[in-house]
Amino acid sequence: QEKLDMSTYPVESIRNFSIIAHVDHGKSTLADRLLEITGTISKTDRNKQVLDKLQVERERGITVKAQSASLFYNHEGINYLLNLIDTPGHVDFTYEVSRSLSACQGVILVVDANEGIQAQTVANFYLAFEAQLSIIPVINKIDLKNADPERVEKQIEKLFDIPADECIRISAKQGTNVEKVLQKIIEKIPPPQCNTADPLKALVFDSSFDHYRGVVANIALFGGEIAKGQKIVSAHTKKRYEVNEVGILTPNEQPTRKLYAGQVGYLIAGMKEVTEALIGDTLFLYKQPVEPLPGFKSVKPMVFAGMYPIDQTEYNNLKSALERLTLNDSSVTVHRDSSLALGAGWRLGFLGLLHMEVFNQRLEQEYNMSVILTAPTVPYKAVLSSPKLIKEYGKNQITIINPAQFPDKLSVSEYLEPTVLGTIVTPHEYIGKIITLCQDRRAVQKDMMYIDENRVILKYLFPLNEIVVDFYDALKSLSSGYASFDYEDAGYQSADLIKMDILLNGNPVEELATIIHNDKAHAAGKLLCERLKETIPRQLFEIAIQAAIGKKIIARETLKAYRKNVVAKCYGGDITRRMKLLKRQAEGKRLMRKIGNVEVPRDAFIRILKRETGK
Amino acid sequence: APCPQWPYCRKRCSYCSFNTYVVPAVDEAAVRACLVREARTLLRLSQVHSVTSVFFGGGTPSLASAGTVAAVLEAVAGAAHLPAGAEVTLEANPSSTSTRRLAGFRAAGVNRLSMGVQSLDDAELRMLGREHTAAQARKAVEAARELFPGRTSIDLIFGLPRQSLDAWAQQLEAALRLCDDHISLYQLTLERGTALAAQVRGGALPEPPQDLLADMYRTARHVLVAAGFRHYEVSNFARKGALSTHNLSYWRADQYIGVGPGAHGRFVPRAEGGCSREARVQTPEPGAWMQEVQSRGHGTRSRLVLNPLEQLQELLALGLRTDEGITQERWAHFSPQLSLQAVFGEPGEARALQHEGWLVLDSGGLRCSWAGLAVLDSLLPDLLWQLQRR
Repeated sequence: QEKLDMSTYPVESIRNFSIIAHVDHGKSTLADRLLEITGTISKTDRNKQVLDKLQVERERGITVKAQSASLFYNHEGINYLLNLIDTPGHVDFTYEVSRSLSACQGVILVVDANEGIQAQTVANFYLAFEAQLSIIPVINKIDLKNADPERVEKQIEKLFDIPADECIRISAKQGTNVEKVLQKIIEKIPPPQCNTADPLKALVFDSSFDHYRGVVANIALFGGEIAKGQKIVSAHTKKRYEVNEVGILTPNEQPTRKLYAGQVGYLIAGMKEVTEALIGDTLFLYKQPVEPLPGFKSVKPMVFAGMYPIDQTEYNNLKSALERLTLNDSSVTVHRDSSLALGAGWRLGFLGLLHMEVFNQRLEQEYNMSVILTAPTVPYKAVLSSPKLIKEYGKNQITIINPAQFPDKLSVSEYLEPTVLGTIVTPHEYIGKIITLCQDRRAVQKDMMYIDENRVILKYLFPLNEIVVDFYDALKSLSSGYASFDYEDAGYQSADLIKMDILLNGNPVEELATIIHNDKAHAAGKLLCERLKETIPRQLFEIAIQAAIGKKIIARETLKAYRKNVVAKCYGGDITRRMKLLKRQAEGKRLMRKIGNVEVPRDAFIRILKRETGK
Repeated sequence: APCPQWPYCRKRCSYCSFNTYVVPAVDEAAVRACLVREARTLLRLSQVHSVTSVFFGGGTPSLASAGTVAAVLEAVAGAAHLPAGAEVTLEANPSSTSTRRLAGFRAAGVNRLSMGVQSLDDAELRMLGREHTAAQARKAVEAARELFPGRTSIDLIFGLPRQSLDAWAQQLEAALRLCDDHISLYQLTLERGTALAAQVRGGALPEPPQDLLADMYRTARHVLVAAGFRHYEVSNFARKGALSTHNLSYWRADQYIGVGPGAHGRFVPRAEGGCSREARVQTPEPGAWMQEVQSRGHGTRSRLVLNPLEQLQELLALGLRTDEGITQERWAHFSPQLSLQAVFGEPGEARALQHEGWLVLDSGGLRCSWAGLAVLDSLLPDLLWQLQRR
């Protein structure tokens, strides 16, 4: 197979760009059209979300893994190489988005002609703006009945300070004006500023795992050239590799002889695990180190969830499924964990709620595994004041993931909780309800501004744990789906945290302990006690269900004893059936967890601990 | 103890989930012939010498003719020894029990009558889908008591949707004025697939609260005991010694032979060389059952050998339903090596339950306390688990 020669594309003929947009505004459809027009893929009806290869991406209409595609386009006699760097479409992947953007010189900002600017439009705009990229605003879906491009252009002007006449009105679905977009890319986005004569400097902006060939890293060259046989080094891990193959994506892999500065493609170099191809890392030639590209960050999980097999016999299957899935997703952190109620499992760290859901969905769809996912928790911190503990941990600030690790108030000078800055874009009629919701979640308003006569942007500082469970659902629900939400990490703040214990007849149930803010403890405790009352089966004695902070009881429910529990009839025909049921119950005794003298079936724990599925 | 089944009714009651069929016409002669044939075949198979009791159940046995009852009894007497004093019970519906009919049954050999009264309140009877009124039920019981004095039993159901504790107490009083020396009191069980269960599930009728049911049961026990009844099984009360011999054979894990569609049995098929107790079921659907009986003498759909542990499990679960519980001798019959003491006397679940006052284990045997009987199903899983480990 003849390898492509990329030397025919000098830096001046290269344009590196990305398409950014709010969910469902047509990013992927526009990508499909661009691929078609440039002949990269043939024009057929079946071109829908071509770059979204994962089933979950296609189903949810989102992009999870960034793909790039190199397009060839002739404009006014010149052959241009246009590198489309696809980005994950969700805030959970802000870091990935920012790394992909650092490989670009411009972006196409797609906005739905009816919906107008939404939360992620804003978030993505700022990312591009801060990266100092050229921004080409594109108003999409003009073919639809309710399209109001003029209104959207005014929003763009007001919010982003981009003149309305710079907007291109298109219909990605029908292909209207899409060619104009290509031309604008060439005209307005500058070529990359780099030199093939410089030493090799390549940015890794994504990676995937191929069973036969190993890790495939998506790279963008900021200087020099790269070819098979060369020896390269990772700036972060310091490991050395030999290049097996380089190429471009069209969007399938196409090997080339070399890749040159300013170009984007892929690299295979004998890396065994995706954790060796870290997003944001810099690669250079052996013995020719360069200044690493800025902005590299280690993965920081924002949301944790416990994952357990439905039955302990499935443990090994789940273990290998997790291993294979994380092969391709280096941003999930995995720790082994065990629960007295649910057995052996893991505590997984995700970049956000969507990341967690997508992961779970992929586990189900691609590996056919059903799991128990416990309610999401966030990493709290404590600043220790006790010398003994400081010595034990080796540092004076610790991260607490598991309530069992929660250090006592006396040993701590300050507790901290993670916060995020949330952006809500909503029609103005819902402002009141939304403000109430945010206040209810201990959020502090940072900004409020009208985009146009109808819509408002609200910015609130939220404690992360107040939004991980069901904030998004509540927001959508009280705004009839019209409000949108986006958030970014905003560091830690001091918090009045406590550990809430659950007691059954005075005995603590370890698995149900939670770390919670003092203000919310009473309500949460009451709710939990009520749920337990409904889930724990009645027994021969009364059961006092209590929520406590230290020695103080803050909520209580009583589960009365059984006074009658015997089947009325037991003659001939009933006996066989009865025995079956009784024998099953006797077997069930094996799986009972005994807290003091209270028997709690595993099923009850699962119902209390697992994440409410609402979406 | 043969248990012939007459699996036909005139209509299905709203709470009934038994193996019974409502058909426009029954070929009584054919059914009779099959009952007779199967009774003979199975009695011979069991090699039982002497029969202690016969129980005609179903369906509505009082819809059969006296001639059928007579024929079955004759067949039983022909295949084994049926002593003159053996208990022969017929279940009856108030709507098919005129004095004439009852006399016919008595002449055929029935000497005990179980009347399905269910309720003495007309509204409740309608909710239950019964064919008769309270007045008719009263008349039927009185007729039965004339013909079977001291050997008439009535069935009552409590815990109906919307039934109050007071209403139940009043019914108990009324029942006491009417009854003979045996009462069976059943808490309503909403079986899946019945019309009544569907009504409750759909919300048309309220589900009776657990605590109210407990109160009704407790009231019934106290009232009946005060009136001289012995509470000898979870749902059965008798005075002047009028216990049901036949039902006791279930709870003592004696042998019983089910005859007829859907009948259940527990016996050892000695004639085939069997030496283990088997759990047997006859084919439920009457048409299919008759064909099988005609072609090979009996319509046994399934038979399962019960291993020693399973036999003990049944003995435990059933025996504890009676006030006598499981005697040392009865236990020894099924477990010659391990006595009750050996299994349940060691530190473990049974001991704990004893300390809490739910069970009694002594030289007489193992039985529930007065309070324990009401919550037996909460005790059994623990005891079965302990038995299994041993």
